[in-house]
Amino acid sequence: MDLATSYLGLKLRAPLVVSASPLSRAVDNVRKMEDAGAGAVVLFSLFEEEIRHESLELDHYLSVGTDSFAEAQDYFPEPEQYALGPDQYLEHIRRLKAAVSLPVIASLNGSTLGGWTEYGRRMEEAGADALELNLYRVSADPGVSGVDVERLHLDILAEVKKHVRIPVAVKLSPYFSSMAHMARQLDWAGANGLVLFNRFYQPDIDLERLEVTPNVVLSTPAALRLPLRWIAILYGQVQADLAATSGIHTGADAVKALLAGASVAMLCSALLQRGIEHLRTVRSELEGWAAAHEYASLDQLRGSMSQRKYGSPTAFERANYIRALNTFAG
Amino acid sequence: MSKRVTTIQGTEAAASVAHRVSEVIAIYPITPSSDMGESADAWSAAGRKNIWGTVPHVIEMQSEGGAAGALHGAQQAGALTTTFTASQGLLLMIPDMYKIAGELLPFVMHVSARALATHALSIFGDHSDVMAARSTGFAMLASASIQEIHDLALVAHAATLAARVPFVHFFDGFRSSHEIQKIEELDDDTLRRMIDDELVWKYRANRMTPEAPVLRGTAQNPDVFFQSREAANRFYAACPGIVQEQMDRFAALTGRAYHLFDYVGAPDADRVIVLMASGAEAAHETVEALNEAGEKVGVLKVRLYRPFANEQFVRALPPSARTVAVLDRTKEPGASGEPLYLDVVNALYEAGITDRKVIGGRYGLGSKELNPAMIKGVFDEMAAAAPRRHFTVGIVDDVTDTSVPWDPAFTVEKADVTRALFYGLGADGTVGANKNSIKIIGEETDNYAQGYFVYDSRKSGSMTVSHLRFGKRPIRSTYSVNNANFVACHQAVFLERIDVLEKAVPGATFLLNTHVPTDRVWDSLPRHIQQEIIDKKIKFYAIDAYKVARETGMGQRINTVMQTCFFAISGVLPREEAIAKIKEAIRKTYGKRGEEIVKRNYEAVDKALDNLHEIPVPAAVTSTFEKPPVVSDKAPEFVQKVIGAMMARPADLVGEHIPVSLLPSDGTYPTGTTQWEKRNIALEIPVWDPETCLQCNKCVLVCPHAVIRSKVYDGALLKDAPPTFKSAKARGREFPEGTRFTIQVAPEDCTGCALCVETCPAKNKAETRLKAINMAEQPPLRESERANWEFFFHVLPDPDRRGLKVGTVKGSQFLRPLFEFSGACAGCGETPYVKLASQLFGDRMLVGNATGCSSIYGGNLPTTPWTTDAAGRGPAWCNSLFEDNAEFGLGMRLALDKHEEYARELLTRLREKVGPDLADALLTARQKDETEIQEQRARVAELTRRLASLDDPVARQLATVADALVRKSVWIMGGDGWAYDIGYGGLDHVLASGRNVNVLVLDTEVYSNTGGQMSKATPLGAVARFAAGGKRAPKKDLARMVMTYGNVYVAQVAIGANDAQAVRAFLEAEQYEGPSLIIAYSHCIAHGINMQQGLEQQRLAVECGYWPLFRYNPELAAAGKNPLQLDSKPPRVPFKDYAYRETRYSMLAKAKPEVAERLLRQAEAGVAARWRLYEQLAAMPWSGTEAAPAAAAGA
Repeated sequence: MDLATSYLGLKLRAPLVVSASPLSRAVDNVRKMEDAGAGAVVLFSLFEEEIRHESLELDHYLSVGTDSFAEAQDYFPEPEQYALGPDQYLEHIRRLKAAVSLPVIASLNGSTLGGWTEYGRRMEEAGADALELNLYRVSADPGVSGVDVERLHLDILAEVKKHVRIPVAVKLSPYFSSMAHMARQLDWAGANGLVLFNRFYQPDIDLERLEVTPNVVLSTPAALRLPLRWIAILYGQVQADLAATSGIHTGADAVKALLAGASVAMLCSALLQRGIEHLRTVRSELEGWAAAHEYASLDQLRGSMSQRKYGSPTAFERANYIRALNTFAG
Repeated sequence: MSKRVTTIQGTEAAASVAHRVSEVIAIYPITPSSDMGESADAWSAAGRKNIWGTVPHVIEMQSEGGAAGALHGAQQAGALTTTFTASQGLLLMIPDMYKIAGELLPFVMHVSARALATHALSIFGDHSDVMAARSTGFAMLASASIQEIHDLALVAHAATLAARVPFVHFFDGFRSSHEIQKIEELDDDTLRRMIDDELVWKYRANRMTPEAPVLRGTAQNPDVFFQSREAANRFYAACPGIVQEQMDRFAALTGRAYHLFDYVGAPDADRVIVLMASGAEAAHETVEALNEAGEKVGVLKVRLYRPFANEQFVRALPPSARTVAVLDRTKEPGASGEPLYLDVVNALYEAGITDRKVIGGRYGLGSKELNPAMIKGVFDEMAAAAPRRHFTVGIVDDVTDTSVPWDPAFTVEKADVTRALFYGLGADGTVGANKNSIKIIGEETDNYAQGYFVYDSRKSGSMTVSHLRFGKRPIRSTYSVNNANFVACHQAVFLERIDVLEKAVPGATFLLNTHVPTDRVWDSLPRHIQQEIIDKKIKFYAIDAYKVARETGMGQRINTVMQTCFFAISGVLPREEAIAKIKEAIRKTYGKRGEEIVKRNYEAVDKALDNLHEIPVPAAVTSTFEKPPVVSDKAPEFVQKVIGAMMARPADLVGEHIPVSLLPSDGTYPTGTTQWEKRNIALEIPVWDPETCLQCNKCVLVCPHAVIRSKVYDGALLKDAPPTFKSAKARGREFPEGTRFTIQVAPEDCTGCALCVETCPAKNKAETRLKAINMAEQPPLRESERANWEFFFHVLPDPDRRGLKVGTVKGSQFLRPLFEFSGACAGCGETPYVKLASQLFGDRMLVGNATGCSSIYGGNLPTTPWTTDAAGRGPAWCNSLFEDNAEFGLGMRLALDKHEEYARELLTRLREKVGPDLADALLTARQKDETEIQEQRARVAELTRRLASLDDPVARQLATVADALVRKSVWIMGGDGWAYDIGYGGLDHVLASGRNVNVLVLDTEVYSNTGGQMSKATPLGAVARFAAGGKRAPKKDLARMVMTYGNVYVAQVAIGANDAQAVRAFLEAEQYEGPSLIIAYSHCIAHGINMQQGLEQQRLAVECGYWPLFRYNPELAAAGKNPLQLDSKPPRVPFKDYAYRETRYSMLAKAKPEVAERLLRQAEAGVAARWRLYEQLAAMPWSGTEAAPAAAAGA
């Protein structure tokens, strides 16, 4: 079966995309992804905080202690030219584009409105084929309503879209009162793709030091269930392409995502654990399954088990919950 | 030729020419010349080329002596060379200078002339350094202004090639080197035309080469040496003519004419002052003003001082001048006159002119002000019937009556000049903003602009005073602004400390930054300020700049806000235009640092004007409070009268209120004076929570300013405690029932660095964000905590040293620090070690301190931190030089050892007379712990008592040295610049001597005091001054080198990683009867870190293996054990995770990512290799036969 597909209007040779991870920091790794059959790569995220804070931090350290003491007017030779983290990110895009032919999707991660959104344009200028806008936000302020949060997401998307011509996908958290409504609003606001879902790094507590420690827990295949449900529900209800991320570790996982309606299945944890070469296995498992089940094309497969196309629409809603409980009880 | 103006500092004016006409530049940091070397290094690192299209090589050497040697070699091999230096640095170059001149090698060094260290060090300007080099055979060319520095630098480089005489081009340190002025910049074309390639080729052809070998540097015998010296005469005879020729060529190219001697004034002047460098500008201005007022006076500016051209001098001096006053900015004690004076006397004598009255005066030593009032004082003296032949000006000499009086009210400032004074805090960005303003006005308008900046001597909470002038005519006012028509006070707290309006003229404008709401600002002023505003009819504006800075995300930096207000009120530029220019300048300054910082600055500009308000001035004073006294009336008289006078007017260049009679004549000062300077600079101070506290005393150990103290004491003493005084039951079996424990903070001495909070291991169980010590706002706590501190310090006794476990962190920290409240940076990484040494050994300690940060925070007036215990004992401290510190400390040891030996000899002779039991006990005392030392002290006291009753010359002799029988501890302290570089040879020799000295290297891995220049301790891959492209060589492993002697105790410590190991190392080092070396990791502002995280950086440095902790104790070897003990674990954190938290490393990754990556890999490999090596050394089986040679050769 021909695995070539389209995502965000880009031609991909396979529906397997490497999602944002530290792996894409090295050009060599991205070459390996291409060799192993990836359809596209989403780069590691450039964070809003990075854009803001690196500037402030650098200014702070170059300024602190200056012009205070007769013998030392300052402490560092400020180079005539240098690149801050964001500039280095742009340079990285340029280098990748020169090194590989697979589409490169830049990732911009933020949660507030501000000058950082302008970086989308600079990513486009640097050669990014598309943007993935990662709207990572923990809404902790009781004074901010769900409506406010949704509005902010839409405003940020609009702001970024204002600056760029390349397609923009939005990576979301699942924590909306009405996920479907939110998805449609983003769709209407011009999102070319919806990436479901963001994984929050959850805090942990160090019992000896009594400190909160950030804890990176890689996904397991079980994590796929959540995106699977929402992709199945949203498929056909939004124009934006859908991408499944979280919990895709095997070819079977990828197949499930495609059946639910995803344009692409995204991998990260599996590659971090097993290496980039694991992509080849996933790809061949995907091909093997399609061949064994005599699928003629990806189009035939994609969305065939979405809520719309699956016989029982409630399977993805509350009824499914009741059934699961029964199964457990039994 | 196009004329391009630029607004630059004097150092840049010199370096910009020097760099463009040189091939090899050897440098070494020294204030105030470091900036020139830094510029040269940065330009070469950025690939800036000289006029021949190639990038000059810049190399930092281990000392100025090394730089001079390298340059001498480069000259012999045919390269065009230059260097930059001052003061002690110039002294170190003198031997090579004789060689260079003797070999007729063209060469120019640019010297920002600075005082030589005598009774004290002074970083400030005078001519004592260049005068010390006047006999080397170098020509000497003096510049008086920034334009002249730029111009005469080129004249010097052109003339040296033609004359074959090397040149010192000098100008006044700070006054000229650090003044900013608008000047016409020399373009490359002018440089090309001035530097004759034919002469360059001729010079090059004279180089050493095996293609045409010659021999130089012979040793000559009496038959030819003398004649050979005379053979060079013709070059010196021709030199003045050649210089004038080059000046004339320069004038033809630029229109700016110079002469060997330039006269300004009445053609028929009856009185003429002769002087050189910046003072000549003030004199020029004064002469013009006096002549306008009808006097007939003049000034003769000396440009070429060596060779001194007698004929040209006499020709330049108006024949009408009946009285000539020669002003020297140097002092030559014991001479019949200062050097320039003697040259003038001789020139006139040799010309047969004997009818002039020539008098000589000293002025301006150590940057003492020379202003028109003082110059007029000299002219008035000259007009007297019998003027003093030798005088001083600018001081009040009430001891030997040398000083001429002057009228401080006299001024020559014109109305068309805007004169502004800004009082700021180092951290608030005031100076930076003013530098920006000068550039804007200088380069964007047709105004001339001048800026000069004065700092106090503290590294934390320092006051800055900016002196700015703008006007349509060139500005020659080389002195402070004394008649300001604009005064800005950027910190309201200064109003209570100094008289900021003292120098405001009637009708001036006053801008105050205050948090007080507009309608209450007037009432918030002290009475004297209100009175001055009313009396002088001052227009008064106020702004809450910190509020604007906070709202725009600028933190504590109010620079942009205050700069905007200045432009808005002063009217130097139309408001809209000024704002546009400020924003342009912001883009230029901060653009590289990212859009966010530019955006925030723009917002600060926009919001500043909305918050600026004119304050209505009522007709009468309404305030009810006065400025409090500077020093408490409880302070000793000397502190109140002398130190207090210095504190009353910080950063004051005139200081006429402190006459000679008040000052010690040999530089001896009392210790323990910082306690009288309550600076109140912390916005927040630590507050102790007794419930949560584990009583570990770690906060006490790490406090850089010794403001956190702990005591254990009898709880009964608490009956007199102030109401808010806190205590807890003392933990520890060693303390009897009823013992209480208190951690107390000195609220007015704290700098608010929060290192204590960072290090506190305890957590409040109910609220984990809190520790046992937490920061809280200072002002509400000031009064109560001041009372608590008084009770803690004066009422509660220090614990008995004999009962404490001083080998532990906790126990050691009950010992009173005898180093307190220094002016070091907030969060300083050095001072905790210094303080620890003072706690453990301070009452019997002599300290030799190398010049550098530790000598500045340790010994810079007005107040100094070394202090005494309750019995009046404490460290005796002295700074000699930078390069000689190890030898200096060794000298102390030698004296102590000799006196001890002598005392023992005398005591043995007097054994029967003083009592055999006492004598024997004194002679055999072990003195290894506190108890034994105190017992010996008691014996010495008894001996002294008995000696007093003996009528015996031997007894009288013994009485003068009896004190040597108590064990003394000699500490040789300094930074890595000293230990690794300039003082290394001496250090090596001292350690090899076997004598019982303790060396503490405060290793910040750069020359911190002079602004972070690279030393051999700087790590691979770090960016530093003089290593703008990242250091390419690894850090010298000083510890391992020293271990090779086998009989030196060596420890590497980092209190942030293992404080107990550090305490142990200090004790072992001191107890070892031989030389000891402790290398202490000292985080530093020059690392580009959050200083609050300094201890965490220390931990990471150790955990990544970069800074292994170890102790090498020769006593173990003597006992048959491996002397090396590793005290840290194998690397468990990647080096990058430590390094890239510091700007010194991360900066290179931003500027040159590939280079940074390569150096990072090399550094990682180096760290791993070094760790393996140490591990193997520590694991080596040790049979005992390798035992080190006897430790204390001399003891």
